[in-house]
Formats: sequence, structure tokens, C-alpha cells
Amino acid sequence: MSAPRFNPGYVIGLALMIAFPFIVTTFFPSSQKYYLHLAIQILLWAFIYTGWSLMGRFGLTSLGHGAFTGIGAYITVLLWNQTGLTPLIGIPVAVVTAALLGLLVGYPCFRQRITGHYFALVTLALTEFVRLVIVGMRDLTGGSLGTQPQRYGDGISIYAVQFEPDRMLAYYVALVMWVIGLYIWWRVDRSMDRFALDAASQDEDAAQSVGIDVTREKLKITALSAGMCAFGGAMFGQYQMYIGPDTIAGLSVSLNMVFAVIAGGMYVMLGPTFGAFFTQMLAETLRVAIQSSAWLKSTLGSSALALDSAIYGLLLILFIIYMPKGILGTAIDWWEKRKSR
Amino acid sequence: MDCALDIFFLEAVLNGLLLAGLLALLALGLNLIFGVIDVVWICYAELVMVGMYAIFHFHKTAGMPLVLAIPLAILAIAFAGILLHTLIIRPVLDSAPINQLLVTGGVLFLLQAVATMAFGVEFKNIGLQLGSLPVGEMRFSWNRILTFLVALAAMLALWQFLRRTYIGTAIRAISQDRQIMPLMGVDSKQVYLITSAIGGGLAGLAASLMVLQFDIYPQIGLQFGPLTFMICVLGGLGNMVGGFIAAFIIAQFITIGGSCFATEWGYAIAFLFFMVMIFWRPQGLFGGKA
Amino acid sequence: MSTGMGLASAGSAPGSGKAMLDLAGINAGYGAFQALFGVSMRVEAGEAVAVIGANGAGKTTLLRVISGLIPATAGSMTMEGTDLRRTAPHRIVETGIAHVPESRRLFPRLSVEDNLRMGAFIKPARARYAERLEYVYELFPRLKERRAQLAGTMSGGEQQMCAIGRALMSGPKLILLDEPSMGLAPVIVAQVFDLVRRIRSEGYTVLIVEQNVAQVLKVVDRAYLIEVGRIEKSGTAAELAASDDIQKAYMGI
Repeated sequence: MSAPRFNPGYVIGLALMIAFPFIVTTFFPSSQKYYLHLAIQILLWAFIYTGWSLMGRFGLTSLGHGAFTGIGAYITVLLWNQTGLTPLIGIPVAVVTAALLGLLVGYPCFRQRITGHYFALVTLALTEFVRLVIVGMRDLTGGSLGTQPQRYGDGISIYAVQFEPDRMLAYYVALVMWVIGLYIWWRVDRSMDRFALDAASQDEDAAQSVGIDVTREKLKITALSAGMCAFGGAMFGQYQMYIGPDTIAGLSVSLNMVFAVIAGGMYVMLGPTFGAFFTQMLAETLRVAIQSSAWLKSTLGSSALALDSAIYGLLLILFIIYMPKGILGTAIDWWEKRKSR
Repeated sequence: MDCALDIFFLEAVLNGLLLAGLLALLALGLNLIFGVIDVVWICYAELVMVGMYAIFHFHKTAGMPLVLAIPLAILAIAFAGILLHTLIIRPVLDSAPINQLLVTGGVLFLLQAVATMAFGVEFKNIGLQLGSLPVGEMRFSWNRILTFLVALAAMLALWQFLRRTYIGTAIRAISQDRQIMPLMGVDSKQVYLITSAIGGGLAGLAASLMVLQFDIYPQIGLQFGPLTFMICVLGGLGNMVGGFIAAFIIAQFITIGGSCFATEWGYAIAFLFFMVMIFWRPQGLFGGKA
Repeated sequence: MSTGMGLASAGSAPGSGKAMLDLAGINAGYGAFQALFGVSMRVEAGEAVAVIGANGAGKTTLLRVISGLIPATAGSMTMEGTDLRRTAPHRIVETGIAHVPESRRLFPRLSVEDNLRMGAFIKPARARYAERLEYVYELFPRLKERRAQLAGTMSGGEQQMCAIGRALMSGPKLILLDEPSMGLAPVIVAQVFDLVRRIRSEGYTVLIVEQNVAQVLKVVDRAYLIEVGRIEKSGTAAELAASDDIQKAYMGI
């Protein structure tokens, strides 16, 4: 697989993305904030989903990464709100905590060869556990209502890692994160660890017998994946200026991750990004459609919000049965087949 | 922590026993599908939820008496089980089991969403109070006692069915070696369908008891879904008695934790216990081999 | 005791010229890979016939085609006149064929008795379950001793006994044995071939596939040699055992 930096397509794409805020400001000056907000959401979730896919692509399908995004967000915000510790230190603390938790839970799992859907169930227990602890510590965390990081000054500050009012700044922060996330994905993809993990996901015994320390490889990727998601969760909290046990942690966040990456394509670098784009745009389109359609509003009422969930569900079913490689993955396959004809 | 070893503690322990009945009944159907034939229905709790709504609407909206509404709902969910297997599971039966989990995950989203759109988010209640049984200073709800007895009866019935009948033996055999089933004259398709119907029927049965005790809302599955899976795995997959015992242990964590601390802590400790136990014994407390 | 429960109906009695099992021009394979090419053979009632050949020659595939685990792509297959190609896989056992698979394939976490019960799954066998169970236990007293034991915990030889017993529970006429000696210690192998003799004397017709040429030719009447999916030689057991080629290639002489 050729290095992305030298592929002209990627360079053009990146240039466009750097220019995006200016394009938006020129053509849609009044809705600038809205479009940038959409783009920021997509980029932040793309980063998180890319982090999840580092494990997913090797057969370690986790339903529990909501635990890591949640830990990332809550530790950062709580340290800031309760002790005034700057997120410049708080975020690394959260990231390391999440990575350690990943190792703590991963180690017995991998030693005991717990894989596949049993592994998924253990991660399910983990995400529920973390969510319940968050809600249980309601004096600190605000319980199920969530909490907010205290705004520092005018809301834009390096010390407090806050940037929400300036959408352009937020966009570039998210863009840099996203690129870093892709870089990490690319590095893993080219590394020896990737081959080791691929081998392990096919046949652990065989891999072990060739001298691969399967447990160690899995732990490394788990720590990386957990850390990335924690970082993403923390930054998401800093952008949204609000965190809640169900918006940044818990089962629904975990399941959304799985769905988005499967829809986008788990084995392709831009797959998770496409998944983020797809899910966010789908949610937005539905929201706008329902807002502007009186008929839809009256038929569905407040439960109109459930429509995107219903579509997710249907799509997930269809994807698993007919397109297990995701939209992007299948498209790439189709393109490759056409080229070789 | 406001927890003294007094009569209320005893009440909590005994209520835990009764709660175990409910959890065990929930786990029974799932254990058949997940534990015995090794198929993952992550949306199992959502089937129960649909069953609850079915009973509510048959009884409250259509005016059917409960004695009619309940069996009808059980049949409906049994049929739903068959549909689930035929439309959703069968296409992915031969690929990695994680696909079954993901595809039924899609069903989970879909059922919750459809329930929200069809029935709204307000809590609904069948409004039936059976009262409680006073024992000294303690009170135990008849609902829960009934659930416990039904769970016990269902477990015994299922156990006998699996042990003593030909089809029951075939159900136990199919997850051990699916390929040679035709050599014995067994139509594998049929075995899966029958098991799916029974699993669905048990979900319907659990729904009928839950509807007497709880409010119905579309997300209710999230409350006990993960828990039900934990109980199956903890008790050893396919082990019905193990499931009962695991349900008891979990229920005790929930009720004692809930009365001493806040509700969440009881559940949190239960999940923590699950994780620690699985690391220690991956095959579950009473499982055979992992 | 030996009640001749395996005797075939008069129509295909030995020497009547009409075969019990008749294959003509059978092709079969796995996806794009063809494993059998125009295989023709027959087994008459009361006979014991062997199919010998090297690893990968197609012996196991042949049995799987007969018992319906793999579909034939060409040719005809009948069992006492019933067209096997038109019979659904799970109904082939009703025609009187019982297949003892390669490596036994018992249900490891079911008891011996439960495994035997599975053998009696078809309706006609269920009706006579108690009778047949007693018959199998009399034939193999070791199984009765271990009736409650999990099948997966038994030794190789005992598992083979249980697998054969399970096949007998359906009340078959023809028993297909797939490499019964494979993976077993030499002492046990001798016991297994004794089992085969035992079954023959009970009146069952046997089609046995084996790599252990020397031993199997001692217990059968006729044999076919299969090489790379084709029948290359056929004849009586004595003829094949005496043949130079077979002695050199398969018996290490």
C-alpha cells in the first residue's frame, strides 16, 4: 500500500479540507457556524472511530469503547472543575488512565484467549460498569444530567484547552487531530505489529508458534486504541462544553462506534472517517427533514428522533448481511475489480 | 452507607432471592439460544420489551382479558423468534459469531426505535397490583413471588424437555457438531427454528411477568439486556441451574448494594463481579469447558 | 443376541444379482475442486465391501456423497431402488443407510446414552428405541458400563464402539464405515476390525473405507481401489491382496 503522502489525491483532499472554512465563509456566510459545527463533529468522531477500528480490524470487536471516551471526558472535566488542574495535564492523565484500564481488562482476556463475541460481552460489561460509576458518583459528575467544564475567561484559552466560541479555531484543532489519527492508523498498518495481529486474528496458535507474543501485541493495540478514544472523548467534551453519561459514555456511544466503522469500512484508512461522515450527515438530514416537514412532525411527534436509530438498525442489518466490508470497503473492492479487468 | 444488619437487610436479601427468579427467567430463554445452540441474540431484551407492549395493547387497548392477552403475546414473540432466525440469523450463521452479535445489534436499534415511534416515550403500566405478603415486619410482593415460582417451573420444564425428548437432545447436540446432524436424520433447519420459537416463547413468558411489576418504555431493554447476558455466561453457557445460581448472586449484589448505597452501585458491583469472575473462570462458575 | 437385525429384504439377497447399493458414473467435489470422476460400484446385501486408496484419493468423499453430506453433480445412486440423489440429506438414513463418520464425530458433551439416543432419532427407530438400546448394549457391554459418561472423555477404541452403536440404533441395513482405524493405536485397531467382523456376523451389509489395506482386506469379501477420484481396480479381497501393484503401493511389500 503506497504511502498516502505521495498520493496526489490525498494532497488535494487535504488542501480542500484546510481551505474548507474559507470556502464556507465565502459561500454560506450566515450558516458558517452551523456548517463548521457539523464538520467539527465529523472530524472528532472520525478520530474516535479510527481509534476504535485499530482494534476492530484485528478481530477485537469491542462494545465497550464508550468507557474510554467517557473516562477521557470525565477525568479531564472533573480535574479542571474540582481541582483547577489544566487540561494540558488533565488530558494526558485521562488518556493514560484509559490506556491502563484497557490493559487491566485486556490482560486477563487475552491470556485466557477470550475473543470474538465473548470478548464483546466483557467489553459490554466494562462500558456499563463505567457508566454506572459515572452516574453513581453524582455529587461529582452530576449523575445522569451530566456536567460542564467551567468556562475560562471568554472561552478561548490554551491553558484551559477551550476553543468552542471560535469555530474556525475549533475546526483546525479538530482537523489536526483527525490527521494525526489517520497517521497513527497508517503507522500501525505498516508496522510489523499489524502482520502479527493479522496472523493472530486468523489463528492464534499458529501465530504463537511462530514466535509472536500474541498477548503483548493485543495489549499494545488495546492501549493505543483506548488512549486515542480517551483523547477524542476529552477533546469532544472541551468542544461541546458539556459531557453526559449517555452522550460520551455508555452503550449507545459504543454501539454507534461499531455501526459507523462497519458502515464506513473497517479495514480501510478512511473507512471510519467515512462512517463518521455518513452517520452525522444521516442524523442531520433526518433532523432537518423532520423539522421542515409538518407531516412527519405530526405523525411521529417527539419520537421523530428515533427515526435515525431505526435507519441505523436497518442499515446495520443490511450491511452485515450484504456488505460486511462497509460502504467504502466495498466501493474500493469494486473499483479494484474494475481496474484489473 | 446506611446499612445495618437489621430486619430490612434480611428483607433485602429475601427480595434479592425473588428478584433472582425474574433474572433467572429472563436468562432461561437466552441460555437456550446463546448457551445451547450458540447463537447470539443481543436483542433478546428487546424481544421481551415488545412482548410487554404486546400484552399492554392486547389488554388495555383491545380490551382482551389478561388470560387471553398473555398466551397470545407469548405466541407472538415465539413467532418473532422464528422470524429473527429466518431473516436475520440464517444469512450469517456460517460466518464469524461476531456477525450475529452485530446483526442482532441492528435489530436492537430497530426495535427500540420502532417502539419509540409507535408507542411514544411515556411510561406505560398495566396497572395491576397483586398486593404483598406480610412476613413479620417484612413485606414481599406477590408479583415477585409469582415470578419466582414461574421461573422455577419453567426451568424444570425446559430441563426435562432438553434431557428427555428426542428433539431436546438434538437441540443439545447441534451446537456440538452441526455437520453430522443429517446422518442421524435430523433436519438442522428445523432444530434451529424450533429452538428459536421456544427461546422467543420464553422471552414472551418473561415479558408477561415483567409487565406485572414494571413500567413499560422503549429503552427498558437496556436495563436488563446486558445483565441477562452476564448471568448466562456467569452460570456457564447452557447450564440452566447454573444460570439460576448466577441470577441469585447478581440479584443479591443489586438489592443489597441498592439498599446500602444508591441503585447504580448495586449494578456497578454486579458488573465488576462479572468481569472478575470471567477472568478467573472464563467458562463461568458452573460451565464445562470454555 | 444375533437376531440378524441387519438382513436385507428378499429383493436384494446375496446372489440375486440385484444390488442393494448401486452407484453409476458419480461425479462429486467441493466447489471448483472435483474429487470423484465417474465412480461406479455396487454393494449386494450381506456383503462386506472395502474401498481402499491413498490419502486424498476420494474415499471419504465417496461415503459423504452416499450419505448425502455432499451432493453428487452427475451420475446415479440408488439404495434398494430408491434414488438417493433425489432424497434430502437428512432422509437418507431412512433408506437404511447409516454412516459412521471419519474420526467418529460423537457429540463430545453428550453422554454415551444420549449419543445412542440421537442415533434413534428417526421415527421408525424411536418406536423401537428400548429394544434397540438393549441390543446395542448386549453387543457392546462396555458401552452399557459407561452409559452416563461424556462421550468425549472416552478412549479412541471406546468412541469407535459408541459411534458404531449409534449407527446401529437407526436399524440400518447398510453401514458405511469411514476409516474406522484412523488415529488409533495398533492394539485398538485390531479390536476395531473385530468389531467389523462382529457387525458382519449380525447380518449387516458393510461398506468400509480404509487406508489400512492389509487389515481391511482380511475382513471383506470384495474391494475397490480408488486413485485420484477414479476406480482403478476391483475384485475379491483375495485377488486384490495377491495383486503385485497393491502389495507394493499400499502394503509396503
